[in-house]
Amino acid sequence: MSSLSDRLAAGKFTITSELSPVRGASAEAMKERARLLIGWVDAVNLTDNQGAHVRMSSWAAAIAAREAGLEPIMQMTCRDRNRIALQSDLLGAAAVGMENLLFMTGDYPKFGDHPGAKPVFDLDSVTMLWTARTMRDTGKLLSGNELKPPPSGLFLGAVENPFAPPEEFRAARAAKKIAAGAQFIQTQYVFDVPAFETWIAALRDEGLTSRCSILAGVGVVRSLRALDFMASGRVPGVVVPEDVQRRLRSVPADQLGEEGARLAAEAIARLKEIPGVAGVHLLTAGYEKKVPELLELAGVSQGRGPLPVSA
Amino acid sequence: MSARPVPVELLPGPPPDWQPGPGEPRLPVPPAPRLSPRRAYLLQKLVRPNWLNRRLGALIERRPLARRLFTAAERTSKQDLFGCRMCGQCALPVTGYSCPMGCPKELRNGPCGGVGPGGSCEVYPERRCVWVVGYERAASAGHAGDLRRLQRPVDHRRFGESSWLNYWAGRDENLWTDDDGLAQPPAMGESA
Repeated sequence: MSSLSDRLAAGKFTITSELSPVRGASAEAMKERARLLIGWVDAVNLTDNQGAHVRMSSWAAAIAAREAGLEPIMQMTCRDRNRIALQSDLLGAAAVGMENLLFMTGDYPKFGDHPGAKPVFDLDSVTMLWTARTMRDTGKLLSGNELKPPPSGLFLGAVENPFAPPEEFRAARAAKKIAAGAQFIQTQYVFDVPAFETWIAALRDEGLTSRCSILAGVGVVRSLRALDFMASGRVPGVVVPEDVQRRLRSVPADQLGEEGARLAAEAIARLKEIPGVAGVHLLTAGYEKKVPELLELAGVSQGRGPLPVSA
Repeated sequence: MSARPVPVELLPGPPPDWQPGPGEPRLPVPPAPRLSPRRAYLLQKLVRPNWLNRRLGALIERRPLARRLFTAAERTSKQDLFGCRMCGQCALPVTGYSCPMGCPKELRNGPCGGVGPGGSCEVYPERRCVWVVGYERAASAGHAGDLRRLQRPVDHRRFGESSWLNYWAGRDENLWTDDDGLAQPPAMGESA
C-alpha cells in the first residue's frame, strides 16, 4: 500500500497539497515546482487539466513529482475520457506504480481554455470510483473481462464540496462515494468552519470517518485580485463568505497576502481539532513557495522541513 | 457565523423558445419538471411492471409500428412533463422526478460540486440545478433516501428507446442499487 494510506491508517495528521502540472513539455520544470514541497507535505495532488485548462497530463506529472521525491496523488476526471479510456489509463497508471488515485467528475469545458471541446462525462465520480474498486477487488473490467494482473494496492480518493446546495445532501453524496470505493476524501476550500463541522458530523454519525479519511481543503487568498476572482462566482464550487471577505478587505491591499495566510493558518489549527479530520489539503494554486511559512504559522510544521540535499 | 449568500432569482424551467424537436433527445439545458412530486409518485404506480403492463409491452414490442407510436407517445409526454432526453433507462422514480439527463454533465449520482449558492447550475447559472430540484422534490414526498442509491453507468445504446418498454421487459433491472451500498460493497454488474 502507498505511504499516504499507511500514514492515514496510523492516524497521523496528514498534509497534502495541490501541485498543478505545468503548461509545457518539460519534466524538469515539473520537478522544480515539486522540490519546493519536499519534506513539507505528505503527498501532492497532480491535477487533471484543472478548470478544463490544458496542462501536462496528470500521470506524466505524477511520475515527475515522484522522481523529485514526492508521494503523488494522481487525479483523473470524467470530463475528457469515456469508460474505455479511463479504465485503460487506470491500468497504465497502476503499471507505472501509481497507487494514490483520485477521481472527480470535472469542471465543464466551457470554463476552460478550449470552451468548444466535447464534454464526455460517460462515467461520473461515483461510477468511476466504483469502477476502480471493481477493477482492483474483483480483477475485472466493467465488461467482465479479466485483468492479468489486476491493479492491486490502489488507494482511492474522491472530493466533495460540503458547502454547495443542496447542503443537506452533501454528506450523503460523500457517503455514496465511500460506498463506491473512496478511501480518502479531500474537500473544497473550507472558509466556513461551522458549516464544515455540520457536514463532517453527519459522516461521523454514520461511522464513515473511520472508513474514509477526510482531509479538509484550506486555501490561501494571496492578493486582492485572487480574492476578487474567487468571490466573483466564476470559480465553480468556490464561495467566499462575506465575513471572510470583510476581514481580508479591511487590511491594506499589500498586506492582504499575509492576512490570507493568517486566516488559512487559523483554519488549519481549528480543523485539526475537529473529530474525524485526518488532515488538511492545501489548495495553494501555484503558491508552493509559501507552504512552509503557512505550516509554521498554523503550528503543524513539527517534524517537517526541507530534506537535507543528498550528495 | 458567516453570512449565507443571498439566493438569486432563478428561472424554474426551460427558456420560452425551448423546442425539443423529434429525434433531438439531448439538450444541455436543465429542465424543470412540470408534474408535482405527489402526482409523479402516483403516476409511477400506473407504469409499474405488473402483469397487464408486461403483457402490453410484449404485444407492442412484436409490432414495429406500434413500438414506434408508443415510443413517440412516451417521448412527447415525458418531454413535456420532465424535459425527457429519451435515454431509454429512466431514473426518474429515484431522483424526485427531476430528470438527471438534463444536467449538462448528465450526472445520475447527485449534484456536482459546482452548484452555485442559491442552487444554480454551474454551466447555466440562470437555471436551477436539476439535483437541487430533485432533492427538494424527493424530500417533500419523503423519498430523499432514494437519492442515496448508487446509479450504474448509462448504456448509450439505449438512447431513443422507450424506457417503459425496457422497464416492463426487465431490461433495466440493474440501473441502481437497492440501498446506499454502505453495508456491503455494491457490485458493479454492468448490464450486458
